[in-house]
Amino acid sequence: MTFLAYFGPVFEPVSFLLLLGGTIGGLILGATPGLSPTMTVALLIPFTFHLQPVQGLILLGAAYTSTVAGGAVSAILLKIPGAPANIATTLDGHQMAQSGQGARALQLSFLASLVGGVIGVFLLIFLTPILAEWALSFGPSESFWIAILGVTVIGTLGGGSVLKGLLAGCIGLWLATIGFDDIMGAQRFIFHPSLGGGINIIAALIGLFAIPQVISLLARGRRHRDVDVIRVARHPLMQSVREVLGRSRSVGIGTAVGSIIGLIPGVGGQIAGLVAYDQAKNFSAERDKFGTGHSEGIIAAESANNAMVGPSLVPLLTLSIPGSPTAAVLLGGLIIHGIFPGPDIFRLYPNVVWPFVNSMLVGQLLMCAFGLVIAGFAARIAMVHHSVMAAVVLALAVFGSYSVQHSMNDVYIMMALGVGMYFLERYGFSPAPLVLGLILGPIAEGNFVEGAMIARAQDGILMYFFTGTLNLVLIGIVLASVGYSAWLELRGRRGPEGGV
Amino acid sequence: MKKLLAAALALATVPAVTLADAHGSYPDRPIMLMISYGAGGATDFQARIVTMTAGNEDALGMPIAIINKPGAGGRVGWNWFATQAETDGYTLAAYNIPHFIAQSIKGGVEYSADSFEPIANWGADPAVFVVAADSPFNSMTDVVEWAKANPGKLTFSGAGLFVGHHIAALQLEKASGVQLAYIPNSKGGAGAMKAVIAGEVMGGVNNLSDAFRAREAGTVKILGVFDLERNDFLPDVPTLVEQGFDVDNSSVNFRGIMVPKGTPQGIIDKLSEIVPTMFENGRVQGKMKAGGSPMHIMTREEVQAMWAARQSALAELLAGL
Repeated sequence: MTFLAYFGPVFEPVSFLLLLGGTIGGLILGATPGLSPTMTVALLIPFTFHLQPVQGLILLGAAYTSTVAGGAVSAILLKIPGAPANIATTLDGHQMAQSGQGARALQLSFLASLVGGVIGVFLLIFLTPILAEWALSFGPSESFWIAILGVTVIGTLGGGSVLKGLLAGCIGLWLATIGFDDIMGAQRFIFHPSLGGGINIIAALIGLFAIPQVISLLARGRRHRDVDVIRVARHPLMQSVREVLGRSRSVGIGTAVGSIIGLIPGVGGQIAGLVAYDQAKNFSAERDKFGTGHSEGIIAAESANNAMVGPSLVPLLTLSIPGSPTAAVLLGGLIIHGIFPGPDIFRLYPNVVWPFVNSMLVGQLLMCAFGLVIAGFAARIAMVHHSVMAAVVLALAVFGSYSVQHSMNDVYIMMALGVGMYFLERYGFSPAPLVLGLILGPIAEGNFVEGAMIARAQDGILMYFFTGTLNLVLIGIVLASVGYSAWLELRGRRGPEGGV
Repeated sequence: MKKLLAAALALATVPAVTLADAHGSYPDRPIMLMISYGAGGATDFQARIVTMTAGNEDALGMPIAIINKPGAGGRVGWNWFATQAETDGYTLAAYNIPHFIAQSIKGGVEYSADSFEPIANWGADPAVFVVAADSPFNSMTDVVEWAKANPGKLTFSGAGLFVGHHIAALQLEKASGVQLAYIPNSKGGAGAMKAVIAGEVMGGVNNLSDAFRAREAGTVKILGVFDLERNDFLPDVPTLVEQGFDVDNSSVNFRGIMVPKGTPQGIIDKLSEIVPTMFENGRVQGKMKAGGSPMHIMTREEVQAMWAARQSALAELLAGL
């Protein structure tokens, strides 16, 4: 309970102002497509040079927490996930906002983020030594199987046909191979020099989600002169609180999946939301409602991506191993002040590390409070005229994809993918499985190549990938997941309702 | 519509090109520094520190903004820098020697040492050999003896192909005459270090600065330095030469700032005069020391000589590959 003694420094005037500013600023930046949590934290690093170590870290921690949650705002209101972590939030969140319940969707998302986030930080506080050990047990073979587990989620993700989901996933996996490969530097599918850098994930994310929407908004605006005005319902906060509490199964699944996956170095945050969403759907009594604006979908996805924040810092703080790009930037923020992460970090630097961890707890509360305040206003965005909306989304899409690495190539790629996705959507494909393929491709490939090289020097590939408790457990889950999807598909075909 | 958008965006984001002969006022707007690795890596982190005083009146008087263009082991960023970057003095990049020179020798990229003009060097990070804290190996001789008894089975990690770590690995193989299994990591230096700590591989070559911190944390042992002399951060760790292996400093990772060829001479001269003084700033030095990042400031002439020396040394080492 040592951490309780270190709440004082969090509430010192300068620290608290930084926490407040970092949280509010982070929410706004997180809601801007293209400004990912990694980017935001990296941009803030130079500011911390002028601060005390404790103050600098509080600012970085607050920004990390709130950019992740802020990504939900654009995911829900604009159907543009702010970062890969928010993809799953678009599935039900945007549907709900479309029916005029944007305020409810945002409230649910922030409350779920709060619950997941606080539990995640508590795991960091109490279980760090155990979790650190566990994080290390994920080597190349285990990480490879985790990525394959993600691939099995693809089929059931879109809500539509399993076959179309898998096909979209394959397109994503193929897109991921474009460019120089990371280990050998081999050139793959580089038909034009601008493809040398491959498909940037953030640019792809924006294009695949935003552009089809822009096109259909423009098309719709022209057809209906008198656009159907969406009524934005006010939503009592207590009702949302009760709803989140009532959906304890989704909160539980989201938080558990988010914490576990967030812990694994290198796989982490990007897929936590999607895997949690899929699991919540599998275990739900109302699985047919997923994808239509169902509250369980939002709650599972958002509790997962904030639950991941705390555990993702475990390997960073105790082993100096950054589990995600954002954690790598935070590592820079630590060592710039001469704080070297290690097993003794809590003992050696209690005056810095405990206030930092505590500020993330307080930050979660501030983030949720501020998020709830803006939810009501932000939801009114659904009332904006279609043509105006299309222009705004298009401008954000271009700005967002350009700002990732200041490159027009990314804007062209974003546009091309978006237009392609518009036509795919007309044939019943959805962007989420495609993006998941794009994310998982490099993780699966990188870990397989690395594992195979180690295996060749040792006992061979079969031994390396198919022995060991953790490998076998993961393979078991993969098989169960594939079997379950196949069973659903078969039942859907035979069943009288013809589910798909 | 795409073309129109591109034009509009280009106009909005790229301010008017400054006149090449108006160096007197250079720089009159912020400068961009391209890093060909991701945010949070050692190069990115150090670049953010060494450029933090650029906006001071006694330095450039304009801030330097860091832009990351990661991918394919730096090839994406450096290809862009060699072929597409503006040569107006407002686009700088960080170089990593031996990485980009080794890549250009192996081919498949659009740059070589002749594509760029060095400005100044800020750091030199030697490669070191690390093993997990509980490893039975206690010296480089232990490692090589085991490898001799088990040819091709000694797995050890590094940040990728053709980076300093890989060069060090090749030199170790050549000097000891045994076959080793170098495992390039897809997640860079941090991933390679994790592989050592978690016991996925038996050892690894990594940056001295990162290894120093890992040893402080008690997770690794450092068995040797791939440099001509011992390092101030690790006075107790012997060099490879001291342990009987003929390994020079070809793998030492030099980091510094360069501009694309074609940048006006007046601007190159001004930058080469001011940038080293930025690196010498007391606050910069203090932050770098606190982060365990060894500094090594070199002027433009010194860097030019160093690039030329590396070019011939690496061509020889990589010839047989």
